[in-house]
Amino acid sequence: MMQSAADMPVWAAIAVAFFLLIGSGLALIGAIGFMRLPTFYERIHAPTLGTSWGIGGIMLASMIFFTVSSGRLVFHELLIGIFVTVTTPITFMLLARAALHRDRAEGNGNVPDKPNRSQPAREVLGESDPRRG
Amino acid sequence: MLPYPLLTLSLILMWLLLNGFTPGHLVLGILVAVFASWAMASLRPEKPKLAKWYLLPKLFGIVLYDIVKSNIAVARIILKSGRRSHNPGFLTVPLDIENHTAIAVLAVVLTSTPGSAWLEYDSNDRTVLLHVLDLDNEAEWRDTIKNRYEKLLMEIFA
Repeated sequence: MMQSAADMPVWAAIAVAFFLLIGSGLALIGAIGFMRLPTFYERIHAPTLGTSWGIGGIMLASMIFFTVSSGRLVFHELLIGIFVTVTTPITFMLLARAALHRDRAEGNGNVPDKPNRSQPAREVLGESDPRRG
Repeated sequence: MLPYPLLTLSLILMWLLLNGFTPGHLVLGILVAVFASWAMASLRPEKPKLAKWYLLPKLFGIVLYDIVKSNIAVARIILKSGRRSHNPGFLTVPLDIENHTAIAVLAVVLTSTPGSAWLEYDSNDRTVLLHVLDLDNEAEWRDTIKNRYEKLLMEIFA
């Protein structure tokens, strides 16, 4: 039996509001970062706020709300969390590698080259990126 | 009969979560899951071996904690980004794990942790190129990836 949102016990309302604010706040910060950060490689970090605890907070809030208001355990939101977490890296790497490819082809500054195959691998690996400093 | 028991089981669970538990949906879910895992078998993917599956919750806990921590760190960087307080950079890390599933899990972990991004894996050199939003302490990042995640993953997918 569904209760209306106004009949929820106070503790549940507080928990739901808390997680909703956390989740939506992080998604908002992610969006702001997406706009404000200066380079592409920095910008791709911002939306991961929304896909990690952004979705996590909203998911928890939804689970608590519907579990309390319907009086039975509701947790199929977990599926959304799992699928978002598993699929994000795919889009993410696709975008990042496209950017890397473009920057390498055009010689845009500070992108690390593909590791040099003719040298022994370990020597190349230790080096850090020229971008620092 | 069942080439991928874990996959079949998770498909049934997913079906029931999406449709609600009724005997009819249980039967339908089992049917779908069995046929889907046969379809999967005809693709002949590499079958992951979970040597120490009981370490998975430990990995999950560590990752969850790290995600919370780096969420706070990245949110702080973004909110202060006018002052250029962070130091982004690329990082090449040699990997010792070879199991494809383990590498995929590592990629998901590093990508879902805000502040570190998995850009490309080179299977010839077995190195991964990462981009890190705040590369103040490079040794610490290497240490986290090698000792905190990779060691555990190597134990799980032995």
